[in-house]
Amino acid sequence: MIFILSHNIISVNGDHTMVHEWALADALARYIIYRIGHDRKNIKRIIVKLGVLQSIDKEILGFALKEILESMGYTVAKIDFEDEEPVLRCRKCGYEWKPDVDVFNDTVKEAIHFVPETIFSYYRCPVCGSRDFDIVKGRGVDITLIEVE
Amino acid sequence: MTSIDPRLLAAKERLSKIKVIVPVMSSKGGVGKTVIAGSLAILLARHGVGTGLLDLDFTNPGLHILLGANISSWPEEEKGVVPPMIAGIRFMTTAYYSGDEPLPLRGKYVDEVFKEILCITRWPGVEILIIDTPPGIRDEALDILTYIPSPRPLVVGTPSPLAIKSVEKLVKVLREIGNEIIGLIENMASEPGPLRLLAKKYGVEYLGNIPYISKMDLLIGKPYELTDEIEPYLRKAVNRIRSFIH
Repeated sequence: MIFILSHNIISVNGDHTMVHEWALADALARYIIYRIGHDRKNIKRIIVKLGVLQSIDKEILGFALKEILESMGYTVAKIDFEDEEPVLRCRKCGYEWKPDVDVFNDTVKEAIHFVPETIFSYYRCPVCGSRDFDIVKGRGVDITLIEVE
Repeated sequence: MTSIDPRLLAAKERLSKIKVIVPVMSSKGGVGKTVIAGSLAILLARHGVGTGLLDLDFTNPGLHILLGANISSWPEEEKGVVPPMIAGIRFMTTAYYSGDEPLPLRGKYVDEVFKEILCITRWPGVEILIIDTPPGIRDEALDILTYIPSPRPLVVGTPSPLAIKSVEKLVKVLREIGNEIIGLIENMASEPGPLRLLAKKYGVEYLGNIPYISKMDLLIGKPYELTDEIEPYLRKAVNRIRSFIH
């Protein structure tokens, strides 16, 4: 059975302490179980869409997600990740752009890692300077597919 | 199947371990919510209760200033974020991440931050969580009432005619939703005034009045001195909140 899903969730990145990812993985695991129930416990494949804005560490996230699900009695054969590049659109002047996450300094990256909306604290429209822009995409994580036996 | 935000599933699990969650609310600004929220949290901790304090005023956080908290270092990470102990309480604020920069947020982003913070924050040892809220009956207030399990709001107002009608609207909303209002505090009042009548009208416990404290600004950043000053007026509220865990 295949569950095709799309739901934004929290953000993480691969910080050196390797622990914040567990909060995301915990939310993901609970959501997966919420969707597939308790009868089918063999998960063949999960596809997770990652917003690049938060520089998520796929290895850590995948490891944590698998660990948590297995601790709950589920097996996970495969976890695939898909990147979603961030796109921002200014509400004031209408300019739409793809921010270069690499230009952020480490402090800003970390802040966005924990609370993505702090991008409004540190980033402005490159054309008009407004902070009133939308995160069109590239934030957080989507689970786009769960395939179970 | 009804869709649900995964963060709320994780948040619900984390919050379910807390015995009492008390959002300090008012639909009117400037009535003293932050001072009362911070002081209540410190007083509860003084009674030996594991207490957490969350600043939900994302765009205008002030509790860290009230507490004199250092926000230059970020909370510890341990399978999520663990708020540091400040003045004996676990204190969480978005100011750790936004620093002194502005954080302008449209409504949908307020909602995102709310879910994010509740999902990633762990509250080890916390029995009572006090939440400071921004004024109004908007995103933050509605998020609390919708997503937090069994919140017990404490309503704050002043005797000002500008505040009374506003507070009444909030009480009506809370009643309609079916929340148990833990009580009503009348701030900046030298004696019980119109809010006592309002509390009686709606069957809400009146938790007393707090007189105007003229030296309040001098106590900002000195949480223990501030709490000493306000403690006599918050005893009833503290006991009321403690009654839910004993």
